[in-house]
Amino acid sequence: MDDALVIGGRKFGSRLIMGTGGAANLAVLERALLASETELTTVAMRRVDAATGTGVLDLLRRLGIEVLPNTAGCRTAAEAVLTARLAREALETDLVKLEVIADERTLLPDPIELLDAAEQLVADGFTVLPYTNDDPVVARKLEQAGCAAVMPLGSPIGTGLGIRNPHNIAMIVEAAGVPVVLDAGIGTASEAAQAMELGCDAVLLATAVTRAADPERMAHAMRLGVQAGRAAWGAGRIPRRRWALASSPALED
Amino acid sequence: MRITVNGESRSVADGATVADVLAALGMPSTGVAVAVDGEVVRRADWSVSELGDGAAVEVLTAVQGG
Repeated sequence: MDDALVIGGRKFGSRLIMGTGGAANLAVLERALLASETELTTVAMRRVDAATGTGVLDLLRRLGIEVLPNTAGCRTAAEAVLTARLAREALETDLVKLEVIADERTLLPDPIELLDAAEQLVADGFTVLPYTNDDPVVARKLEQAGCAAVMPLGSPIGTGLGIRNPHNIAMIVEAAGVPVVLDAGIGTASEAAQAMELGCDAVLLATAVTRAADPERMAHAMRLGVQAGRAAWGAGRIPRRRWALASSPALED
Repeated sequence: MRITVNGESRSVADGATVADVLAALGMPSTGVAVAVDGEVVRRADWSVSELGDGAAVEVLTAVQGG
């Protein structure tokens, strides 16, 4: 597997991590997941509804996609730790996308509770992938706490505003010794490419695909965007310059 | 005795275990996890974990999200 994404000792051939939230139904979700070629996909943990059963889990297992449970909706470290432990028990995985949000309006991470939860879960043997602000200092502290990756937001969840602070993302990438996953805010394929051009190791997105007019086509576009951005990052872009540089030979006198 | 399951009050036999409650409610036995009073009960302990009167049982599974 060339150029694999490695998180917590697991290898993934795709650098596009998908979410499952927002899809109109499981059939639409299935087509989008297939078009994305993702190998790792998030689910949320909620009370069992005997009517709906465990459909999304069955789908991911059938498609051979590794499941990444999240702690979405948790507001405190204690809630997030309990949710992660329940996810580990239900899904038999030590992977967790750790989310501890501050409020419903912004859905921004609460860095104090997040770091507390991350420390507890690392100590409990989890492979912790924290959803964090685009703050290089918090990202560094999460890495020091033993997280297997850091996942800064581009912009708030579901906004499609893209990467509001590319400079911060670049600083996080430059300092990080663990994979950096751009998580949240992506609206379209060029923004997924931008994340990869900034040096991110992967992109995690859901809404941009699941709520697109055509989720399957957008999933395909995101796959290509991530691949293009990764290739460009590896190729090394030209430096920006102030004045023109002719690309054709000068005319002879 | 009375317990709550996912927020709903229910009457169960004295000495009922986690496994008894899941079976009675037709809950799936795989892909779910159980917490009683805020503590995870491991699958291996479901059939021996007796519930007390007033126990708060949460049964969670994976749903679309994130």
